Order: sequence, then structure tokens, then C-alpha cells
Amino acid sequence: MVGPLESIRDTRREWKINRARLIAALVFVTALLVVLIYRYYALQISQHEAFVTQSDRNRIRVEVIPPTRGQIVDRKGRVLAANQPTYVVGIVAERTDDLPTLLKALQERLSLTENEIEAYKERADRRQAFESVPIKVGVDDAALATVAVDLYQLPGVVVEAQLTRHYPHAQLLSHVLGYVGRISAKDFEELDGERYRATLHTGKVGLEKRYEPVLHGVPGFQHVETNAHGRLLRVLDKEAPQAGKELRLYLDLDLQRVAAEALGAQRGAVVALDPINGGVLAMVSNPSYNPNLFVEGISYEDFAALRGSLDTPLLNRAVQGQYPPGSTIKPLLALGALERDFITKETTVRDPGWYRIPGDDRRYRDWTLRVRGGGHAEAVDLRMAIAESCDTYYYDLAHRMGIDVLAEALAPFGLGKKTSIDTTGEQPGILPNTEWKRKALGEAWFPGETLSAGIGQGYMLATPLQLAQATMVLANKGKSFVPSLVHRIDDLIVGGARREEVIEQEADWESVIEGMVDVVHSPRGTAAQIAKGMTYQMAGKTGTSQVISIAQDAIYEEDKISERNRHHGLFIAFAPRENPRIVVAVIAENGGGSSAASPIARQVIDAWLMDVDRG
Amino acid sequence: MAEYSRFLEGSQQAFAKPRGPAEWLHLDLPLLLPVIMLMAVGLTVLFSASGEDWDTVIRQARNFAVGWLVLLITAQVRIDTIRRWSGVLYALALSLLFLVLLFGVGAKGAQRWLSLGFMRFQPSEIMKIAMPLLVAAWVVRYSLPPRVGVTAVALLIIAVPSIVIALQPDLGTAILVAASGAVVVFMAGISWWQISAGVIAAIAAIWPAWLFLLRDYQKQRILTLFDPEADRLGAGWNIIQSKTAIGSGGWSGKGWLQGTQSQLDFLPESQTDFVIAVLAEEWGFRGVILLLALYSAVVARGFWISLTAQTSYGRLLASAITLTFCVYVIVNMGMVAGLLPVVGVPLPFISFGGTAIVTLMLGFGILTAISTEKRMIAQ
Repeated sequence: MVGPLESIRDTRREWKINRARLIAALVFVTALLVVLIYRYYALQISQHEAFVTQSDRNRIRVEVIPPTRGQIVDRKGRVLAANQPTYVVGIVAERTDDLPTLLKALQERLSLTENEIEAYKERADRRQAFESVPIKVGVDDAALATVAVDLYQLPGVVVEAQLTRHYPHAQLLSHVLGYVGRISAKDFEELDGERYRATLHTGKVGLEKRYEPVLHGVPGFQHVETNAHGRLLRVLDKEAPQAGKELRLYLDLDLQRVAAEALGAQRGAVVALDPINGGVLAMVSNPSYNPNLFVEGISYEDFAALRGSLDTPLLNRAVQGQYPPGSTIKPLLALGALERDFITKETTVRDPGWYRIPGDDRRYRDWTLRVRGGGHAEAVDLRMAIAESCDTYYYDLAHRMGIDVLAEALAPFGLGKKTSIDTTGEQPGILPNTEWKRKALGEAWFPGETLSAGIGQGYMLATPLQLAQATMVLANKGKSFVPSLVHRIDDLIVGGARREEVIEQEADWESVIEGMVDVVHSPRGTAAQIAKGMTYQMAGKTGTSQVISIAQDAIYEEDKISERNRHHGLFIAFAPRENPRIVVAVIAENGGGSSAASPIARQVIDAWLMDVDRG
Repeated sequence: MAEYSRFLEGSQQAFAKPRGPAEWLHLDLPLLLPVIMLMAVGLTVLFSASGEDWDTVIRQARNFAVGWLVLLITAQVRIDTIRRWSGVLYALALSLLFLVLLFGVGAKGAQRWLSLGFMRFQPSEIMKIAMPLLVAAWVVRYSLPPRVGVTAVALLIIAVPSIVIALQPDLGTAILVAASGAVVVFMAGISWWQISAGVIAAIAAIWPAWLFLLRDYQKQRILTLFDPEADRLGAGWNIIQSKTAIGSGGWSGKGWLQGTQSQLDFLPESQTDFVIAVLAEEWGFRGVILLLALYSAVVARGFWISLTAQTSYGRLLASAITLTFCVYVIVNMGMVAGLLPVVGVPLPFISFGGTAIVTLMLGFGILTAISTEKRMIAQ
């Protein structure tokens, strides 16, 4: 080991070399140490504030607490739209390494649809870090069990309880309440994103949509401390959410049930208004659907079935169905004519069973021609013209008034424009005149069309609600209210808005109402058959309207076509005669005639007046 | 040379009379006292970093105990014996490194471990200590400063295991192993122009290394250093979180066990490579200065031992061990603070880990042996 070099080794020189290098190394190390200290100084002292902020942002998260949706109750406080606890399965994406596999696993266990997965992905795009995004709401117990058991194998999956909308009366009120559904990307464009951060549902149609801002409530917030895995450690502070407000309707659940049962399987609609304030006491549209299906997203098959059905169950006939009003406009027209001095109470018209415009050969037939011939009478006065629904009388009147005056006379009753009822999808109907026809069809008005309009046929269309509203004007002798479903929002009364456009002439009303009472109570009245056993006086008017066109897709259903070619039966009524308490409009689609509609009105009115008597 | 010193006049007398138990055990107290304090700091920080897990703390204390045992044994070995056996140790470590390449146990895409059935260990850790021992032994065979031929062989001794380790791949350790050999060559006194040439060659090698040698994840780590925000939740996550932890600590820190970054798991690797961030967050800049003061005390004593060592081998070894220790501290603290790319370097005495501590204590055993041997001779 000790070689020959050892003897010539200069230990002193080597020590000096080592010492010099040691000093160089010391300088070098010290320089690095200074850099290091400077770096820590920069981070901990100079940039301290910025990093404190970042560190807080790491651990503190703002969580939005969804508000509880306001309930909807009927006039007696019975719950029509409730909130019930359901289980929600959600995913915290940060906690899983393999999202696609997790989605697949959940898809099997929860039988998720493609829609649900798409909805999840949409929502996931807008989430905060470590936020749980729901993928399935309303998980049933069996599915919940399969997830709960394997929860430890499904990192990132969370199960939470949440309140979801439930409609205990299902079909009975679907057209009144509408429904809520999962918020879609389109909904988010309309809604305030901040307020809906934690909200899963929004009103889609009906009251639920119309009153969305008040039903939703104000979300609460809490600052929570979480760890890196998103687990909540403690709540730092909390601002409680404000629940949505409760809607109290004018509607009476019992009356609604009576109306629905009276209608039975008959396609059509019943609208009952309170003439005192315009409140909707009952509103039935048949057929109906189960709104609960829509809350968590209806399946494609179910929806296709509803939408494709010839019976159009999704259509709220009460406000969206537009029908020729037929003879139900006769009392309205009578009042307009009396007001404008085209007739008096005593004016008579000779009815041979048909009418002919002077100088024209064409005969316009009275409805009696189909059944007996010979017309109503030699001299038909106003009272008889209403009671027996004399077409000839009205052909003559319409001809003399002309279409523009006729339309002007009907307009104050609210025909041809929306009633502004507080729901969605309302249709305006059509109140035709020469200007309307020129604009809508680009054609001139023919005199014969005026005669059709005189008996509520031709171009004229009205919704059942519009007819009920017009009847309310009759019942109130000119006083009108905006029809309203909602009476109060919590304690704030919103219903009962008075309308300005009214007709007020005491005598004229009585002449018309006399005729309407005869419709029911005179033996020759067109609704005489419903008067049996009636303990009060009802004023009504029947109507029959021709079905002009048939839906094209009905072609191969031979038996249904003939059924769908039958006339619609209509009936409007109010009762009692003095101080009316209820106004009803009924349409029985393809009911054949008004006799399909009038008994329904009687049942509804009976039930309501009995209820009123009881207090 | 060392043999020669032993036979100096009057040396026999001092050899016979050690003063006190520390000297009798060949322990250098000025070196080891700050080490004990560092270990105390380490256990305290670890208790917090592990989420108040006594089990982790006890396991680390056991690692320390094994470390002390290794140190005590090493301290008794004569430096000359170490020098003579350095070649054997090096050869053993090198063959184990080859074995790792062939039969190693993988972790995260790299083969670093050798399994003995009952335990697993990293042969690269043995090489960390074997490298300076052999390089020093080689250069002192001839007079210092080493001639070009001697330097060339020394570089070869350094290069072979470094490349093998880099192939595992474990670039961080390869650089540390190479550094532990290179400092010996530096201390041996090779001329400054040779050093300059080496530095230039190293810089020139960066481009081809980037193109052919570095793997994607290694490149990623380097890129992350320059722009951690580029991939916030991926590669940048560690460094953003560690900087946030350090920065939010401020001057006085959030308090022991109170660090939100570490306690709430935002900080990755908080018990091992990133443990300094826990200390910085909870103890603040004060704590960092305290830690650096303790390290400085160790390093200063290490330099002193080197300066006063009687033989060239002792001097080279002492300075190599001390400088390697400096490199660990600076690289670890630099990488956690975002100054250097993230490489697997633990913080001495603070990071959790068995092998690293044993290697470290082995080095300190040699240091204390050098120190006490010199003193005995001097007297």
C-alpha cells in the first residue's frame, strides 16, 4: 500500500491544498445557504399574505345549501305539491381515479339511462372542486342497498338525502300545477346560476314554472373546512337558506275531484271560477298524466307515448284547447246587441227553420231542422232565442250587426285575447273580424261567414277558460276579474285583480240572464234535462260546435275517426241566479252535443253550492 | 502516510489514556450534539406530519436507534482499515447495483430495491457511502494533487455506478452518488482549469441528456419547476402545495399540529421528501432558521474535523461526507421551495426513512472516527 511515492510525499503541501479547497467549498456552501435563506424569506415573509390566501382557498369551501321549495296547497290548506325526502347518489370526481369505470359500475347498479349520464356530465362541467354532483336522484331502496354495500369499492360516490317534489294527487292536478324537472342546460341560461348552484329542479310548466321565483326560495351558504380529499371537517359559518314561499290556491281539492269524476273518461275540460274574485275553483283537463314521472326525468318511451297520443294528454285543454264556442256566445252577443240597440227585449224574428240573407238564395239552417223542422216559432224573442238557442234569430242579428260590430260586442267578454291567468301556455283563441281575416288569411270577409260567427262557428275559437271568464262577466253583470289560480303567496294576496273593461247596464243583463235561466229551468230549454231536483236557480247556455278538421295521423283508425268527427258539446253556467257563487264552463270533446257537457256542470255546481252552504 | 503518523514520538502515551466516556467511545460531541437536536426536531415534526401517529414516530425513533448503533460501531473502526476495505465495499455495492438491474423490485416504474426476503434495501444507498471511501482511497495512493491519469481513473470509478443507478432509473440518487465522488476529486486539489472543463462538459451534456437520456416524467419535473401553474392538479400540484405551505407559515408559523396544508392532506409526501414544508408551515421562518442553524453547526464541525485531520485520506473523507450532507440539505430544501427540480432526496434527520438514516449515521460514524483518531494522535 505504501508505495515508493510515499517517501517523496509532501504532507504539508497536501494539507495546504486541502485547506484551500475547504475554504472554496465553504464559500460555495455559504453562498448556496444565502440563496436558500433568501428563498424561504421571499416565500414566508415577502409573499406571506398571498400564500395565506391560497392556503385558505385550499381548505375553505363555500357550500351552497339549497332552499326547500315552497309547497302548493288548496284553499283549505291541503297539500297539492309536497316535498319528500329521497336519496341522491352523487360523485366527487376528485376522489376517484377512474371516472369512466366508476360511471359504468354505477350504471349497472342504478340502471342509469344515457340521459342521466349526459345530465351528470353537463352539471359536472359547472361544479367546483370537490363538489358532489348528483347522478341519480330518487334512488329506490333496492338500488340504494347495492350501492351502499359496495360504497368502499366505489371511491368518490356519495349518498345524500334530499327533498324532492312529489305530487300526491298525481293525474288529478297535473294541468293545474304543472311539474318540476331536472334543470337542463337550457334552463340554466334563464336561471340565476348563483342561486341555483345546489338546486336540482326547476318548474317546467304550469304553476311550478310561473311561480318559480317565489317557490324556489333563497339558498343558504356555509363556509366549510375540507381536507384535500374534499371531506368536510367542520362548518366555519353558516347562513341558513330561506325556504320558498307557499302558494295557496283558490282551488278546492274536493271540487276538483268532483269535476274530474264527472268528466270521467270523457275528453274535455272543466273550468270553475269564483265570480267574486275570479279565482279558479277547479280546472280539469282530460286526459291527464302523472306529473311525478317528470320530476326525475321521464323515460324516452313514456314521453313518446304521452306526446304521440291522439288524446294529447299533455295539452292543458282548459287554457290551451281552442274550440269553436258555438251557441255559448249567444248570451254575450245578445248583451252586446241590446247595448248597441240592434235589438230590444221585445224584438222578434220569424223562424221557419232557416235563414236567408236578403238577395241570396242560400239557406242557413237552424239546428232544429235536423230534428223536427218548422223552426222554433213564428215569433222568437230574445228570451226564447237564448233558452232554445235559436240560430235563425242570431243569423238575423249577426247579419244586421256585421262582423266588425259583432266582434266589438264580444270583445269586452275577453274573447280573442289571453285572460292572463297565472299559468303557462295559455292560448288567445280567435275573435275574427274583417281585419283579422285579411291579416291572417289574406282574404276578404264574406257575408255568410258573419252568420257562422253569429252562432260561434267558423273562424271563432275560444278556450274553456275564456268561456268561463265570459260567463263570470255575465254572472257579475259586467264586473270582471283576472282569472287566477293562486290566491296567496304566503300571506300576500295576489289573486282577485279587477278588470277595467266592463259593461254596466242593469236592465240589459236581466233580459239575458232570464233567457239563460230558461235554458235550464224552462221545459223547452236546451238543458232542461239537468234541472231535475235542482234546489237553486242556475243560468246556463248550451253549445254544440262542429269539428272541422281531423288530425291527419288518425287516418287509419277508422272507428276513432268517426268518433272524433262528432260535435263537441259545450255548456256554460253560473249559480245561483242571485249572488252567484260559481261559474262553470265545460267542454266535452266529440261528446255529440251539449247534453254531454251540461250534466257535468250540474254536478260541479251542486257540489260547490253544497259546500258553500255548509260554510 | 497514516501508518507513518502513528509512529511519531510521544503518540503512545496519548493513545493509552482516553478522557471520559465520549472519548473512550470515539465520539465527537460537538458534531453529535446538534445531530441529537436535529433528531429531536425531526421526531417532533414527524409527529405532526403523520397526523399525530405515534406508530410512525416510534418507527422513526427505531431507525434512529439503529443509526446510532451503526455510528457507534463505525466510530471504533480505524480509518486506515476503512481505507483498505473501501475497494471491497465498493465492489460489493456495485455488484448489488447490477443485481438490482436484473432482479430488482420495482416501484413506480423504477427498479431500486433489492429484496432479501425479510427486508428490502436500496444498494444505491450503500454506494452513497462506498463511493467517497474508494475515490479518496484511490487518489491518496499518489501524491496530491492527483495527476491527470489518476483523475481519469477516479472519474471512471464515479461514472460506472452513477450510470447504473441512472438506468434504474433514479436520476436524483445518481447525481448524489456522483456528487459524493466528485467532491473528493475537488478536495484532492485538481486544478481549476480541469474543474472548469468538467463544468463546461456537464453543461454541454444537458442538451443530449434532455434528448436521449431523460424520461418524460423527469423532463416534466424540470418543466414543472419553471411553471408549476401549467398543470395545477397534475405535476404542478406538489410544488404549488409545498410553496403554499411554506409561504403561509410566515414568520412564526401556524403552530405545531396546526398547519392546514399538512394536516388536511394538501401537502403530498409530507412525512418524507416534503417534510420541510410541514416545519416551515407550522414553525414559520423562525423554525427554518433554527433548522438551518443546526445544520450549519454540523457542517461547521465537519469542516473543522476535515481541516484538523492528520492524514490526507481523513481530510478528504471528512470533507466529502460533510459536503455531501450539505448537498442533501440544500437540494431537498431547494426543491421543496421550488428552486430545484423534484428529485428523491430526503432531508437529513427529519424525513422519515430507514435506509437513508443508516447511511447518514454510517457517514457520521466515519466522521467521528476521523475526529477522535486525530485527537488521540495529537495528544
